[in-house]
Amino acid sequence: MTRRAALRRGVFGAAALALLDGKRPVAAAAPADTRAKSVIQIWMWGGPSHLDTFDPKPDAGSDYCGPLGESLATNVDGIQINAALPRLAQQADKYAIIRSMTHGVNAHETASYIVQTGRHPDRLVYPCAGAVVALFKGYDQGYAGIVPPYVVLTEPQGRFSEAGLLGQRYKPFATGGNPSREPFVVEGIVAEGIPDERQLARRDLLHALDSLGRAMPGNEQFARLDACEENAYGLGEARRLFDLNVEGDEMRDRYGRNTFGQSCLMARRLVEAGVPYVTINYKGWDTHKQHFEIMKRKLPELDQGMATLLQDLADRGLLDSTIVWWGGEFGRSPKVEWGAPWNGGRQHYGKCFCSVVAGGGFQGGRVLGASDARGEEVAERPVYPLDLIGTMYELLGIDPDGPLPNPRGLELRVLPEPGDGVPSGGRLSELI
Amino acid sequence: MKKAILAVTVAAAALSAYAGEGPGGDPFRSAESAVPGTRIDELVLAELTARGIEAAQPSTDAVFVRRVYLDVIGTLPRADEVRDFLEDTHPDKRAALIDRLLEREEFADYWSLKWCDVLRVKAEFPINLWPNAVQAYAKWLHDAIRANMPYDEFARALLASSGSNFRVPPVNFYRAMQGRDPSTIAAAAALTFMGVRLDGWPEGRRAELAAFFSRVAYKPTAEWKEEIVLLDPSAMTPLDAVFPDGQPVHIEAGEDPREVFAEWLTAPGNPYFARNIVNRVWAWLMGRGIVHEPDDIRPDNPPVNPALLAYLEEELVRADYDLRQVYRLILNSRTYQQSSIPRSDSAEAETLFGQYPVRQLDAEVLIDALCGLFNSRESYLSMIPEPFTYIPDYQRTILLADGSITSPFLELFGRPSRDTGLASERNLQPTDGQRLHMLNSTHIQKKIEGSWRLRQLVETSKGDTERVARLLYLHILSRYPTAEETAVVKQYFERGDVTRAEAAADLAWALINTKEFLYRH
Repeated sequence: MTRRAALRRGVFGAAALALLDGKRPVAAAAPADTRAKSVIQIWMWGGPSHLDTFDPKPDAGSDYCGPLGESLATNVDGIQINAALPRLAQQADKYAIIRSMTHGVNAHETASYIVQTGRHPDRLVYPCAGAVVALFKGYDQGYAGIVPPYVVLTEPQGRFSEAGLLGQRYKPFATGGNPSREPFVVEGIVAEGIPDERQLARRDLLHALDSLGRAMPGNEQFARLDACEENAYGLGEARRLFDLNVEGDEMRDRYGRNTFGQSCLMARRLVEAGVPYVTINYKGWDTHKQHFEIMKRKLPELDQGMATLLQDLADRGLLDSTIVWWGGEFGRSPKVEWGAPWNGGRQHYGKCFCSVVAGGGFQGGRVLGASDARGEEVAERPVYPLDLIGTMYELLGIDPDGPLPNPRGLELRVLPEPGDGVPSGGRLSELI
Repeated sequence: MKKAILAVTVAAAALSAYAGEGPGGDPFRSAESAVPGTRIDELVLAELTARGIEAAQPSTDAVFVRRVYLDVIGTLPRADEVRDFLEDTHPDKRAALIDRLLEREEFADYWSLKWCDVLRVKAEFPINLWPNAVQAYAKWLHDAIRANMPYDEFARALLASSGSNFRVPPVNFYRAMQGRDPSTIAAAAALTFMGVRLDGWPEGRRAELAAFFSRVAYKPTAEWKEEIVLLDPSAMTPLDAVFPDGQPVHIEAGEDPREVFAEWLTAPGNPYFARNIVNRVWAWLMGRGIVHEPDDIRPDNPPVNPALLAYLEEELVRADYDLRQVYRLILNSRTYQQSSIPRSDSAEAETLFGQYPVRQLDAEVLIDALCGLFNSRESYLSMIPEPFTYIPDYQRTILLADGSITSPFLELFGRPSRDTGLASERNLQPTDGQRLHMLNSTHIQKKIEGSWRLRQLVETSKGDTERVARLLYLHILSRYPTAEETAVVKQYFERGDVTRAEAAADLAWALINTKEFLYRH
């Protein structure tokens, strides 16, 4: 392949094609007229409190609300969210709140798995939504973006293997680095301190010293490695894509000059460039202790970054084709633990929590389901992770009931069938 | 450390000829074999010759020393070890090196890693062994391998132990799987010790095997995450079962069916037991099973060389299940010691072992090699579940017991997720992301630029570029450079627009990015 072709294909495209094993799963192409083209998943790693965000319970008293006991009217009549999120209150017409999420599991890894795969643990490890989207809207369907179809900002979750049984090929590209630092050092794409000329010279040196490669001209393994290198060197465009300075200071300030805010801006740029799935792995929500101190610091950051993202996507006409999915593996216990050792903490809570979806065909300005007076139980319309993911897949043109091609050749479906014993409250037809 | 480097420096400078090189300066191939032919070679050559395939030439000493370190102890040879081996003039030096490596501490480290892959040693989802049990289990495996526990005894301990997961670590075999029903246990036992994927068996035979595991019980204790694995005390009836070879067996009430199964499995002449493990060992060392894939033994996937497989089985039984004896037989063969450069275009040359197959370094081995070369460290920790697990940053990555503790590098370079125990979970195919990382990441660049060892090597070489080249080649590629390579390096150093330190860093960067470094060859 010529260098120009490699550039056109982008940093990753072609080598993936070279990975033919005869076992490569091939997914059916998505219909062209689907509403959603991309997903931005704001993954609230650790589990955010539902009471302190999108399901406030001001009447439950300070045993439940601590200092965050106020709710705030949004720009949609009848919808209130926690007063700690004033900017998001002004965006409520763009998103729908699901207040009756449930799966009942309080362990991080298992809950993460359930929420992101729609499956319950059994003998197989299924891929999470990002890997499924990479399978159905990635290289196999001719995706030719300059970065891989599934990107994580900035670190992989690491707690379960995202691609599951689909294998390495569908794992996310984790950027590393920190988008709020200067420069945003994306591992492998933006190298610090080596001028281009020296880069070229040392590359020639490498090729001149490739004695084993020259001794084995027909080796398939080596041919694959060479193809990967060609692609890896198609750097120019990707470097520009990750350069947040081209957005200007005003735009960067709007998102908030912190890791989360700049990750939201980066996610918008990636979606603009056609990347179908971006996860912002937003850490720090596992607040057993010092919960309210941490919320005081983090909620404004969340508020600014996510509100700006929604407004910006809408301004650019991207919200219609981009699903924004906010949520963690569970909520947090509604009753605050004031005693030692927690001293004002909230524990894991999988029985009832909330998620937010926007764009890509999801109707904004709505609330689906409800929790009880204290946010402890689902009061109406339980929504299980399977229901949310299934609806997302439908909007993306991925058939949730269709086959899931996989390298082991097992006969699997994208999501479980009713008889598989995974609870479901039905797809979210109320929101589309 | 400083002493070792200086010693190498002096010796390298004193070497006039390039030791370990084949005719015409070929760094990879020798004209003549350094070792006698063995029974393995007869059996391999018989298949190759029958198809008119010519086996590859013998490897040079330099290729051999690097290969055997990586394969046997998962560790790059140090420069002084390479030099000593190349200078050694004893005719049996290869056999002697193999014997030494089989006794090294890193042998147990590296093969524990492999066994932890097979046995799914992982604290968290979806295996959920939990950290304390992972540490106990991994230590037991390490001790067993270090003491060279006979393989039949090893298997019986894993299959038939009862007790606490903390105090009788092999019982964790029954916990390291995604389910506790008899059919899940049977599938794990069959995959591990028979090399069989049970999902390919008919329903009836699967149920017969599951019966042996139908009386496994689990009981919690007052200790956090402690669990007892035991014979179900409520099972008061005898059990009539059928072994996978079709033989019926009557198991009395109170007798543990797991023990009955383990006795059957490990009896000499068992059609699965020895066959599975010698095939696995062959696949580990030769890149490919005689039955391929090594954990997919079934009648319609026959061995490519049945006589070879049968020979290795016999040898294992004859050696009283001493696995190191099987390693020794394979490693001392010409087949293992041949070059990776084929002499035949036939696709069968690779599948019938007519050359040593190149394959990418394991993720853990690669990061250890880089850390060793550039005296840098990696740190690993796990914040959940409690208790937090911190791994001291001087500990090597091949010793990382817990599959849940990982790093972006390990994920990127194909470390297995340890969800299933299938050999194919370890992905050794190159990806663009890997190439980007090696060529252009700050992670790797910082290792090179921050290396005092590299700086020292340049400084002590004064202006002698040839010496820098020789030393870097010896450290990184385990050989001396050829005359052409030296000329290329000299030219690079004389470019003028980079400092000597930068040029040396670029040379190190280039060498760790060669196929020769990234692959076992």
